[in-house]
Amino acid sequence: MEQVFFFYFAFVIAAASVLVVALRNPIYSVLALLIMFFHVAGLYVTLHAEFLAAVQIVVYAGAILVLYLFVVMLLNLRQDDRYHRQWPMAAAVGLALVIEAVILMALKGWTTPVVVTGTETTVGEAGNTEAIGDVLYSTYLFPFEVASLILLVAMIGAIILAKKDLGEPAES
Amino acid sequence: MTVPLSYYLVLSGIVFLTGVVGVLLRRNIIIILLSVELMLNATNINFVAFSQYFHDVAGQVFVFFALTVAAAEVAVGLAIIIALYRAKSTINIDEFQLLKW
Repeated sequence: MEQVFFFYFAFVIAAASVLVVALRNPIYSVLALLIMFFHVAGLYVTLHAEFLAAVQIVVYAGAILVLYLFVVMLLNLRQDDRYHRQWPMAAAVGLALVIEAVILMALKGWTTPVVVTGTETTVGEAGNTEAIGDVLYSTYLFPFEVASLILLVAMIGAIILAKKDLGEPAES
Repeated sequence: MTVPLSYYLVLSGIVFLTGVVGVLLRRNIIIILLSVELMLNATNINFVAFSQYFHDVAGQVFVFFALTVAAAEVAVGLAIIIALYRAKSTINIDEFQLLKW
């Protein structure tokens, strides 16, 4: 049963990510990415990461993609040539990565690694959200504060960059 | 019947590879940023799969941080795109070659 869900989510994720790159119209690409994000959230649920699934939908599908759609529609792009002139380079890099993956898989085989049971922070009966909160506000408190600083810097940077010229007087 | 970890790694590899090819291949800057999002999501799938298989919640915390960085990247990247569009009224990357040797 788990495998059925996994293969469904995996197939849709792979197909949608190929569509994101292959589609000509940017709006369709963004919508394909939306489908992919929803299925990644479903994959998180099958992996017992329910809090991350909710965050994935709220932040990625709710905030980030709306920002993308807003910019795509603001710029009102015409459809132009699809691919770049450096596609031989892209094909070479992609082929090299595929060959590397195949060789690694052939060497290592398909065996699953030994499952190591966690010592201090197991995903226990307390619930996923509680476990994440426990670790986030104790072990990873300093990275958490740094993340808030990153968001502040990004907000200021976005406002400064997208603003009209600084010397220009703002007309109401 | 549970799903082996290697399946998740293969799925993540496929998505990451698609993102790399998209960054190299497309000419629209917005699609390039979308491909970067694909790559970030591939790493997030890896993190959550490993977190589940090692029964350690730290991997999910790292996905949380990756999500923060992705949000910051989108805000700044789209602001840069709008600034570029104001300057040249196109977002085709072939037009931006001032720093290209």
